[in-house]
Amino acid sequence: MLKLDKLVKTYNTGDQALKSVVLEIPQGQVLALIGPSGAGKSTLIRCINRLVEPTSGTVHLDGVELTRLGSGALRRDRRRMGMIFQEYALVERLTVMENVLSGRLGYVGFWRSFLRKFPQSDVDNAYRLLDRVGLLHMADKRADELSGGQRQRVGICRALIQDPALLLVDEPTASLDPKTSRQIMRLIVELCSERGLAAIINIHDVALAKMFVQRVVGLESGAIVFDGAPDDLTPDMLTHIYGEEDWEATIEKVTDAEEEAAQ
Amino acid sequence: MNGASVSELDTLIGTGWKKPPLIKRDWLRWGLVIGALIYLIAAINSVEVNWERVYAGLDRGAAFIAAFLQPDFESRAGDIWEGMLESIVMAITSTVVGIAISIPIGLGAARNIAPLPVYLVCRAIIAVSRALQEIIVAILLVAIFGFGPLAGFLTLSFATIGFLSKLLAEEIESMDKVQAEAVKATGSRWAQWVNYGVQPQFMPRLIGLSMYRLDINFRESAILGLVGAGGIGATLNTAFDRYEYDTAAAILLIIIVIVMGLEYLSGLIRARVQ
Repeated sequence: MLKLDKLVKTYNTGDQALKSVVLEIPQGQVLALIGPSGAGKSTLIRCINRLVEPTSGTVHLDGVELTRLGSGALRRDRRRMGMIFQEYALVERLTVMENVLSGRLGYVGFWRSFLRKFPQSDVDNAYRLLDRVGLLHMADKRADELSGGQRQRVGICRALIQDPALLLVDEPTASLDPKTSRQIMRLIVELCSERGLAAIINIHDVALAKMFVQRVVGLESGAIVFDGAPDDLTPDMLTHIYGEEDWEATIEKVTDAEEEAAQ
Repeated sequence: MNGASVSELDTLIGTGWKKPPLIKRDWLRWGLVIGALIYLIAAINSVEVNWERVYAGLDRGAAFIAAFLQPDFESRAGDIWEGMLESIVMAITSTVVGIAISIPIGLGAARNIAPLPVYLVCRAIIAVSRALQEIIVAILLVAIFGFGPLAGFLTLSFATIGFLSKLLAEEIESMDKVQAEAVKATGSRWAQWVNYGVQPQFMPRLIGLSMYRLDINFRESAILGLVGAGGIGATLNTAFDRYEYDTAAAILLIIIVIVMGLEYLSGLIRARVQ
């Protein structure tokens, strides 16, 4: 469904963030993108919805070449890619409901959105999503009144209300505590399987990634160095991706007791 | 690699640390300091003070200050009231019109959201507005439109554009990029993106600046009257010309009270919108 071909991004400073990345993701697959800070994970997912313009190479989504679209067509295709951010990236002075509804901006005209007169179906959907993530009672609170985990759930609602085919998730748990991190990851993965969404999840917590995804891709200095099942991540492989470190504790299976404690 | 860094560390231990100077070249740094000192001394020496004139002027100064102790609100109450009303109307209308024009120019002058040609045009408008001092603009507009508050209103609107657009643009340039990015990723069009991702971030600052500009415009209107652009300044000018310092004092006191009132109001409003 999503196909990246020889994707290259060189920043103006001369830093080569991506070196000819080739990657294909089928419908409904949740993929974790791991790698050290600065490996190009954020750049990779931002090149897909072109918040960052790739230098060369192509990105296809369901047969549409995203890298060639003009600004109007790009906007239409961005609707099909929901994005979830590190540090949540909610607009803090807007209410929770406005933040969620902003996911519909690609579908409604300027005046409707300006006057906050969204179609009733959008409003209903927003309520349903907020209810699904347990935040319905917060709908009229301002976004900066929420806790970290709550904010990220609003971020998830904003991405899902776009009715996307693909989720781009950038370090969703980087600013959350371990328990909330697991809850958020579980929520994202559950929602993806409920709706048959594909997702790319940037994450540097390897253990957390292994708990929830079917496929792991390791990025190092802008190149893919690992692509396989979570169980194939050996200590040697992790050393290759991240550098020398004792990896035994990281790849240990999480026991049921621990899992329970996290709930 | 480890060995090298340890030996580098060894050489550094116990050597003390100083913040690197802003200007790295010694001769340039000291040259600037010495040059500034010489200039300061020369400047102080160049000021000529005619002490006899100062002595003669003390009486006049005393009369002026004495008048403040007995301000006369009554004998020209009608003129004062009329002038005040005119100034307030000038200040409010020019602020409203100025803000309405400043917002699009401010958006255009923010490099992070406007394309380069738009940016250059908007920055040029701001530069022109800021380069021309209010009094000069007022003299020009009085020459075109004649005496009266219309010239004052236009002058203040023009000055507001330079002030507000510049500060608004700078506020937008320093906004949180990620919040705006998140709204862009939804597939929103430009105007929606500004409305949802950018506007909430600059709104409190815009309101604070607008209140501040209203306050400036009111005070400026007292000055603009001196060159015939209407408002309380005209009344004030007449009072000075007739040596009616008590009436002038009354006018100045009213201006101070109104400015303080505006300051208080702006504090209230800003606390609410933050």
